[in-house]
Amino acid sequence: MNIHYIANHLNELADSSDTGLRFDSLPITGEVDVLQVTIQTREELPIFVSITDDQILCIAYLWGEEEVRADTRSEMLEAMVEMNIPMPLSSFSKIDDKYVIFGALSVNSSLHDIEHELSVLSDNSLEVINEMADYLI
Amino acid sequence: MSIFKKIITALRGGASEAGEAIVDANATRIFAQEIRDAENHLTKAKRDLTDIMAKQMQSQRELDRIKRSITEHEGYATSALNQGNEALALEVAEKIATLEAELAEQQQSFDSYDKNAKRLKDLVKNTERQLADYQRQLSMVKTTESVQKATAAITDNFNNSNSKLLNAKQSLERIKAKQQNFDDRLQASDELANENSDKALKDKLAQAGIGEQQASASSVLDRLKSKQG
Repeated sequence: MNIHYIANHLNELADSSDTGLRFDSLPITGEVDVLQVTIQTREELPIFVSITDDQILCIAYLWGEEEVRADTRSEMLEAMVEMNIPMPLSSFSKIDDKYVIFGALSVNSSLHDIEHELSVLSDNSLEVINEMADYLI
Repeated sequence: MSIFKKIITALRGGASEAGEAIVDANATRIFAQEIRDAENHLTKAKRDLTDIMAKQMQSQRELDRIKRSITEHEGYATSALNQGNEALALEVAEKIATLEAELAEQQQSFDSYDKNAKRLKDLVKNTERQLADYQRQLSMVKTTESVQKATAAITDNFNNSNSKLLNAKQSLERIKAKQQNFDDRLQASDELANENSDKALKDKLAQAGIGEQQASASSVLDRLKSKQG
């Protein structure tokens, strides 16, 4: 499994995806290969896919520390920890000063599984921002 | 310090800036080497175990053979005694004594193989457990590093492409607006399609002379004439 294989699949899907979403993917070169996946009408919230030895990581950036309201910060953190289990397939994390939502898949996952993961992750990220907007500036 | 603790300390301490490794590369290499060593030990232990178990099986067969032979000779000795042939019975008894010595010796070998096999099985189990744990820890280090490198690549990409990073609320508003726009367009095109199909049907009906008819000149003239009447 590599990001180009995933990119080709997503780009070829076009209108025929099972999820009803249209994906566009763009490889980003760096020390580690990253695939930037955007979904039509949701371009502002791209998903970044990278592959390690044993897992495929799909990460979407939610908000930065500077966007968090200081007075309800610990309440927000608790809500995020509590939502980790109920939220299907995705979990919360933090990279540097950015809060993220991510899903990890086995490297042996099928392209269909990856497509499903991306779709659920995108839906979750929209809903999370919508529902947690009160904690944000 | 455990790898888990090291990663947490490094992340909490803000050592996660691009280019700065969570666990230094040398430590990761040593760790990877430890894993390879453990794998080699495991392979060797498994091969040794196979050898020992094979020898144990041979020894077991030998024990069975000697035991059968002893039982057989005890039968012979009893028969000789029954016949009153004390000399022959003694000769057989000597044979039995030799067999019993052999049995004791073989039993000792068997016990030794058995003990070794048990020890090796424990060793294999422990090494496998340790190896799985090492691999899990190395995976944590590698994943942390990979995510850092990926983050660096993503950040660079954003900076180079002049894409303005919106805040979360702005992004959501824009997506919602696009979705609304998309829904509106979908609805408009639905309505248009409906109107078109209505019109097409009316046209067909009119052609077939069904429904409202356009007044023809002659019918208008007829109406006027009837009013004059």
